[in-house]
Amino acid sequence: MTRQMTGAKMVVQALIDQGVDTVFGYPGGAVLPIYDEVFQQNSIRHILVRHEQGAVHAAEGYARATGKPGVCLVTSGPGATNAVTGLTDALMDSIPIIVLTGQVPTFMIGSDAFQEADTVGITRPCTKHNWLVKETDKLSGVLHEAFHVATAGRPGPVLVDIPKDVQFATGTYQPKKPSTSHYKPQVKGDMEAITELVAALETAKRPIFYTGGGVINSGPAASQLLRELVEATGFPITSTLMGLGCYPASGEKWIGMLGMHGLYEANMAMHDCDLMINIGARFDDRITGRIDAFSPKSKKAHIDIDPSSINKVIKADIPIVGDVAHVLEDVLKVWKSRGRKTNAEALDKWWARIDEWKKINCLKFEQKGKVIKPQYALSRLEALTKDHDRYICTEVGQHQMWAAQYLNFEDPNRWMTSGGLGTMGYGFPASIGVQMGHPDALVINVAGEASWLMNMQELGTAMQFNLPVKQFILNNERLGMVRQWQELLHGERYSHSWSESLPDFVKLADAFGAKGILCSDPDDLDDAIMEMINHDGPVLFDCLVEKHENCFPMIPSGKAHNEMLLGEAETQGVIDAKGSVLV
Amino acid sequence: MSALKLKKGSTSHSAYNLRPTFSDVEEKHTLAVLVENEPGVLARVIGLFSGRGYNIESLTVAEVDHQGHLSRITIVTTGTPQVIEQIKAQLGRIVSVHKVNDLTVEGPSVERELAMFKVSGKGDQRVEALRLADIFRANVVDSTLESFVFEITGAPEKIDAFADLMRPLGLIEVARTGVAALPRGD
Repeated sequence: MTRQMTGAKMVVQALIDQGVDTVFGYPGGAVLPIYDEVFQQNSIRHILVRHEQGAVHAAEGYARATGKPGVCLVTSGPGATNAVTGLTDALMDSIPIIVLTGQVPTFMIGSDAFQEADTVGITRPCTKHNWLVKETDKLSGVLHEAFHVATAGRPGPVLVDIPKDVQFATGTYQPKKPSTSHYKPQVKGDMEAITELVAALETAKRPIFYTGGGVINSGPAASQLLRELVEATGFPITSTLMGLGCYPASGEKWIGMLGMHGLYEANMAMHDCDLMINIGARFDDRITGRIDAFSPKSKKAHIDIDPSSINKVIKADIPIVGDVAHVLEDVLKVWKSRGRKTNAEALDKWWARIDEWKKINCLKFEQKGKVIKPQYALSRLEALTKDHDRYICTEVGQHQMWAAQYLNFEDPNRWMTSGGLGTMGYGFPASIGVQMGHPDALVINVAGEASWLMNMQELGTAMQFNLPVKQFILNNERLGMVRQWQELLHGERYSHSWSESLPDFVKLADAFGAKGILCSDPDDLDDAIMEMINHDGPVLFDCLVEKHENCFPMIPSGKAHNEMLLGEAETQGVIDAKGSVLV
Repeated sequence: MSALKLKKGSTSHSAYNLRPTFSDVEEKHTLAVLVENEPGVLARVIGLFSGRGYNIESLTVAEVDHQGHLSRITIVTTGTPQVIEQIKAQLGRIVSVHKVNDLTVEGPSVERELAMFKVSGKGDQRVEALRLADIFRANVVDSTLESFVFEITGAPEKIDAFADLMRPLGLIEVARTGVAALPRGD
């Protein structure tokens, strides 16, 4: 059934038809007709953020925690340009979001009108796809297509730019129907390649599953199938930062996160394996370290829905293009039909070696004295919150790596962090989005004081909508990761990496009407964390921690997996001139 | 999209069959990219090349199917086999791209380019230019007492050769369209 309505009404109608219940946005001149429609309905809840960047990160948090696409509504010009960081973040981490921007009326485009920006031009490289809609009759079709493109294949951000006259004009609304788009990414893997992978599984002596965000993006079925495959084969499994939770941290075969700040046993196993099964990860430079020394003895299988991920950095011996859930289902089917074989004897020896590496206990730390170690703070946070229905967001930096190391994730969609772009200021708005998706859950944003300040204005949003997000700030009064690199690489010249003139976070919370908690004594920490958990409302937790703690283990830039640093004693002169140009 | 459908014979064949040699030798490839004819589609393709640091040696674009809103972009690019595979995969994931064909590896193809050369000269030089133009089957499309404009079509190498010959004979301006290419047969 088609209906006549204004473009502005079409926007709201299309969102309702697509099952959207929450929109994060900020009004302005060029979206006023749409906001007028938002005002006159009750199906969609609009969350007024305090900055458009916050809207996009909130939508990302919502999308990652719920598995549904996130939606933003912002105005033209500065509204759109403020959304660019979030769009780029979502592109790098493959998060499905739909950003709707207002635009000056079509007859003024190109005239340098007030709040005009070439939004589709600016966002072309930071969206999966974008559209400028110049006719009201085409608007509903584009909006439905936008949801299809954002969620099909490798997910990503899309943007629809809607001029104000298109919003006012009346046109024909096309209801949602199965997509007729030519854009239909392939989800089934090549059976020949899958069979070759199964043959490799049967004979591998030192196999490892290396999993990533693709497993989570594929949906809950992918995590289930992965768990089944891991348990059935008994192979060790590691994951990237993006993939934490797709296999439970309490699982027997879990050997921890890998990569630059990954666990010793995970990186050593990656280096020494003879079969690497990459499932939905992309051989990011944080994972591989030095490319020419990356896992030199292994045969590499790579399952990815995006053909451009395959052979981009690391040559795949067994490339499989397809959706993780579909491919794993076929892998299991073929493996079972061929008699569920593995090389059990070699596998026992492999596990014995891994157990030796585990004995290094690379995450050990000692909490002594009256200053809280960040690792201790996170260990206590883990102990006191693990039995809750818990979602964790982070900002970017040392605290993010410590959170990945010391918090345990049992399920997918429970861990929201800016992996690819490394966006400071991501975590707080993301936590707001997560809480919107899961109103009764315990949502914690593990933050550093510097990152948190980058989007602190969103405290107003949290208060207005009574979203009880807990901001757990590890305050070292430093840009900790920058400081760490300056120590290792730049002769301990700490150029602008300390946080001066910090606010009193308790007073800051108070100024917004939120609860502030200050904790500086390890003996008070448990009580303070419990107070945070039990408070029904947003909490700013200012946890004063050791100022010069470095994040270990660490693969220095330009080094291989087996050249990891485990602690302070090993850091002297480790990064050579060649490594120092890398980031 | 066909580039993701993994059919044999193009980028579309399975990535399984696309094991790169990771050679360091740079190759020249002609890619035919069938795209949705919509505003900004050329910017998407060019932006991909500049954003990821790939080379464009020549590029032509024109609508080829008005009813189906399709345009064909023909790109000549250079890179190692790994880079060429990346370029094709990256092109394939642009939502407006329907199909990517690598004419250099997918069997025989024909390539043609049109060029116009303005040659200025007098006396023997002028006669020699006209004689060479005849050998190359170039047409004179404009003439004054002191200059000719030649029109020539052919493979890019033929046009390069003609340019080399015209240079000492008073070549003053060149306009080239870039390569148009199609696979041979069906």
